[in-house]
Amino acid sequence: MEIEQGNSLWSDAWLRLKKNRMAFISLWVLVIIFILCFILPMTPLIKSARDTDLSNTFAAPSAEHLLGTDQIGRDLLSRVLTGGQISLLVGLIATVISIIIGVSYGAISGYKGGKTDTVLMRIVDVLYGLPSLILVILFSIVISTVAKDNEEYLQDLLRSKALVNLVVNILPLCLTIGILGWYTMARVVRSQVMSTKKLEYVEAAVSLGLTHKNILFKQILPNLLGPIIVYTTLTIPGFILTEATLSFLGVGVQPPNSSWGILLNEGANFMETQPRLLIIPSLVFGITLLCLNFLGDGLRDALDPKASKD
Amino acid sequence: MLKTIIDRLLQGVVVIICLLTLTFFLIRMIPGDPLTDEKAMSPQVRAQNMKIFHLDKSKTVQYGYYWKNLFQGEMGMSSKKEQPVSKIIKQSFPVSVILGVCGMIIAVLIGIPAGIIAALKHNSLIDNGAMFFAMLGISIPSFVIGPLLAKFVATEVPYLKVAGWGDPFDWILPSITLGLGTAAYLARITRAGMLDILSQDFIRTAQAKGVSQTSIIVKHALKGGLVPAIAFIGPAFAMLITGSFVVETIFQVPGMGQHFVNATNDRDYFLLQGMVLLFGILIVMVNLAADILLTYLNPRLRS
Repeated sequence: MEIEQGNSLWSDAWLRLKKNRMAFISLWVLVIIFILCFILPMTPLIKSARDTDLSNTFAAPSAEHLLGTDQIGRDLLSRVLTGGQISLLVGLIATVISIIIGVSYGAISGYKGGKTDTVLMRIVDVLYGLPSLILVILFSIVISTVAKDNEEYLQDLLRSKALVNLVVNILPLCLTIGILGWYTMARVVRSQVMSTKKLEYVEAAVSLGLTHKNILFKQILPNLLGPIIVYTTLTIPGFILTEATLSFLGVGVQPPNSSWGILLNEGANFMETQPRLLIIPSLVFGITLLCLNFLGDGLRDALDPKASKD
Repeated sequence: MLKTIIDRLLQGVVVIICLLTLTFFLIRMIPGDPLTDEKAMSPQVRAQNMKIFHLDKSKTVQYGYYWKNLFQGEMGMSSKKEQPVSKIIKQSFPVSVILGVCGMIIAVLIGIPAGIIAALKHNSLIDNGAMFFAMLGISIPSFVIGPLLAKFVATEVPYLKVAGWGDPFDWILPSITLGLGTAAYLARITRAGMLDILSQDFIRTAQAKGVSQTSIIVKHALKGGLVPAIAFIGPAFAMLITGSFVVETIFQVPGMGQHFVNATNDRDYFLLQGMVLLFGILIVMVNLAADILLTYLNPRLRS
């Protein structure tokens, strides 16, 4: 007699994702974009994004500069790739921050229930009502000023220029976006925890005498990975967009660092004469966000327990 | 119903108080003050000015003065522009409202019909195409669409200008730029809402009874199917209002967005506080209006 091998949630989800053509193509495009942004600039094939050449400004694409050069003779291809590093990094780090806050907040609120839950959710309601862009602008200026004031101390502590640059100039932005972007995650996790805590296995864990901390973080949360992953993939493009908006308005990433938002801002200044400087970064930026959104949508369909198993 | 409204209003007041308090202390945490940038100001004049603005007192005392003045309807002077904040708001607020409303009209005119048609032609080429464009609209931000529209449309079409805010023709491109993203969200939400309703039993019953397709859609499906879209319009309007910062920068529109960003950079405390107050009230009111409309449309929420 043959025993039917059951499929796990994850292998089912993977099969469903593979069937979703847009999501699957998006996944591969994103892998390629990540490799291009993070690995290619380390090879000698790509010139430094900060080398200026005032005798060769606005150069048309050529063998030497595949995408041409910008207003002060920097290699555009290299700028797009290194700018992508910052944009993707900000999106990822901010998402991690928002997940940590949102998941713990939502989990505690949903698990405790009762008055604690009411109060915690009321706070989220109020925070939700605050106009986020306004607060992001204010917060990012405050946090980055604090970081800059402590630059010398960080220099002694970290002993690496690149790392200090990251902490002083990029991390404040990630913190700001993450700190102001966890509300939806908290709500999602809360409602999931509320429905999960009534299940038998939680009851069993309680009767075994496990601590609340253990039950919540070791028993319940691992079962909520699906919704958390789905919501994460939909958060990353949103945060990358926030970073670009801030940089476009001049309050995000500051030169000499650059991100896709900075490139778009600079490109918009020269669109009359050099549309290439706007269109190329726009394309890369747009494709990345499009793929992230398609992948998030695909994952939602794939991991949704209500979806039929066909 | 009345209880819900009062509840929401109270919540709105708390939101605004939190927002103003946060703004007040955040802007004062940034080094510098409103008078830092003034050139050639003698120490005496500076001290004099600091006194006028109460900036020589502690932050708590300043905070007290702030609320006292606010209750008397006094928003203070913009230190940078040397004008009363209320005057600056009077000039720029209508511009931002026009831009926001036009953006919303465009979003509704494109998004909702697109969503309905996509739902009615579920899984067809039209549906897939519309949803692809919707994803494109969500993914591509206004600061990419704006310059592209300015480059390729404004230069070709007569009456349309790359920048400025003179006659109503100048409203067109900024409103489209502002509204497209929201239109994309609306299309997706409308489609999902309509699909949900169209799959329900009462629609099948109506079809079985031989009610015409148009009548089913117009009389039965739309009312319930549009509820999620209307629920989205409140938060979306708030998004549009703050989102207009970017569009105002691209098309050089003299709205509130420029003042907001400049006031933050110049430490122009009073101007910034005035702007935040106005944005806060606007957003709370819009959300409240959307909630009331929603309760009215959806009987299940009334209890």
